[in-house]
Amino acid sequence: MKLLNKSLLHLSLWMFMIIGVWSVFFYFNMLNEIKESVDEGLENYKRQIIYSVEKDPSLLKKTNFDEGFFAIRELSEEKSLRGKDTYIDTLMYMQDADDQELELEPVRLLATAFKSNDRFYELKIINSMVEEDDLVKELFREALVLYLVLIAAIIFINSFILKRLWKPFYLLLNQLKDYRVGSSDKLPQAPTNTKEFNDLQQAVTILLQRTIETYRQQKEFIGNASHELQTPLAIATNKLELFVEKAGLNAEQAGNISEVLDIIGRMVRLNKSLLLLTKIENRQFFNNRPVSLNKVVHQSIGDLEELAAFRNIEISVQETAEMLVTADNALAQIVVSNLLRNAVFHNINYGSVAVFITEKSIQVVNTGIAQALDHQKLFSRFYKSEGHSQGSGLGLAIVKAVCDLYGFSLQYHYDEKKHIFEVKSS
Amino acid sequence: MKILIVEDERELLDAISVSLKKEHFVIENATDFYTAHEKMLLYDYDCILLDIMLPNGNGLQLLKHLKETGKSGNVIIISAKDSLDDKLKGLELGADDYLTKPFHIAELNARIKAVIRRNRSNGKDTVEVGNVALDLNNRTFFVDKEAVALNRKEFDILNYFLFNKNRLVTKGALAEHVWGDNIDQVDNFDFIYYQIKNLRKKLNQANAEIEIEAVYGIGYKLIEK
Repeated sequence: MKLLNKSLLHLSLWMFMIIGVWSVFFYFNMLNEIKESVDEGLENYKRQIIYSVEKDPSLLKKTNFDEGFFAIRELSEEKSLRGKDTYIDTLMYMQDADDQELELEPVRLLATAFKSNDRFYELKIINSMVEEDDLVKELFREALVLYLVLIAAIIFINSFILKRLWKPFYLLLNQLKDYRVGSSDKLPQAPTNTKEFNDLQQAVTILLQRTIETYRQQKEFIGNASHELQTPLAIATNKLELFVEKAGLNAEQAGNISEVLDIIGRMVRLNKSLLLLTKIENRQFFNNRPVSLNKVVHQSIGDLEELAAFRNIEISVQETAEMLVTADNALAQIVVSNLLRNAVFHNINYGSVAVFITEKSIQVVNTGIAQALDHQKLFSRFYKSEGHSQGSGLGLAIVKAVCDLYGFSLQYHYDEKKHIFEVKSS
Repeated sequence: MKILIVEDERELLDAISVSLKKEHFVIENATDFYTAHEKMLLYDYDCILLDIMLPNGNGLQLLKHLKETGKSGNVIIISAKDSLDDKLKGLELGADDYLTKPFHIAELNARIKAVIRRNRSNGKDTVEVGNVALDLNNRTFFVDKEAVALNRKEFDILNYFLFNKNRLVTKGALAEHVWGDNIDQVDNFDFIYYQIKNLRKKLNQANAEIEIEAVYGIGYKLIEK
């Protein structure tokens, strides 16, 4: 879930609760306030009525609320002296403008007592009150509107202001996603004056610089080590070859030396492959020009023909177009020949290798072990499939490195008992 | 024929010169830039093996000087630097071949002979041993002037053996020469064996006066009958 939406979700939940609680408080406060104000009004009426009664005793005859808002009733002295002003909420039948017939409506009633001409009277004054259910309804509606308006405002703020605030972050993030140590030459940058983002950027930069330095050292080390190994390996090979030429070795000694020579041979190939990989990664191949992969394929197949025939492997090529790529010729040859060699070497006797070339892709399809290879490790260095411990395990790593260098995609899949390698140019 | 080896690594220099003496070349050595420079300008060589990384200087510079003085000595660069850049620069400056360390002795022999032949022959380039002749230009093979059909690999193998007459050619060296760089696979040796077997059969049938014999399990040797 995006941070933006997450904060929105949290905010809307909290807002809902806050507005809910606030509405309850507001409702009771409002009700209190209304009652107080109504009570003040009733108190005022009381004084006016008592004052009017002095002047117009006929008012004392008004014993019910028929058409007025007060009623007077005579009372015993004892009772009236005991009585105090009391305010109560009660219900009375009334007809409002919006009512069809009489309805019970809430009213505020003030009951009090007064003395007029030495006689005691009870006075009840009423004033209509707000209908509580109306108030609740109204308040609920208002709260809901407030809530929605707030949410809308937050969405608006989020999408405009927060998005703008977070912009440097996303800019940095996207650059980091595309960043490849060793092949990206610009460090991710997102200019901003937000302190947190600047800190983040600084931390990322330091981390990346350290990684780049380590990577460079590692590359340099592999390159140097392989390079320095070349001469000792040359001496070892040549001395042994000369040694064997001298007569007087018995079969066992010769066999041992033969094994050592093979092992040195393996070291030499491993070393050469490592040097080549280092060179590709250092981008030391810049002799890029258009290369027709069709030609390279035919040339490679020519080299493999006899071996394939020896193992009764059938090689076929299907071309629908010429695939032209801009690349170093030597590297293009390495890619094609590594793929084809693998297809032949890891094949079965009486198997087949089929090459399909289109304008944008080249596919090498071959029979082989009846099991898919490990997709994850296939292109990593020193990967070896079972039963092929003699290989350097660098052939496909080199293919991958070249493809990465030129932005080609390299795919492997296993389909209908065939191993399929595909190189696609963009 | 005289060969100058410019190489600062003593051990390697010794190994190379021992091997080349077996081919009846006269060998001179130089282990640093100045000695090499002096010798190159003073004497003429049929072939110069030139290392690029030298104490006091760069082998490519020596090559440049050599060409400036108009000397034509066939130069083969031998370097641990397998960089394409150096290779191109070397060949541009007039080197005749470029060999990356480490190499097989048989490979070095073949390269030296190819270079010397290439610059000596006038259009016609045939290796003759006994009653056999290998035409390198037309890639044809004759025994007693009769053409014998060889496939491409067989031709390359025979060519390699003829350049290394009486010398041991290890299976590894042969595989690498005929096959290219990246042969890691054991089954290649079976294939080499199969090719040699076919080649021997053809030589026998044509009554060629050469023979490819196995040397222990290590490799083969071509000898004149």
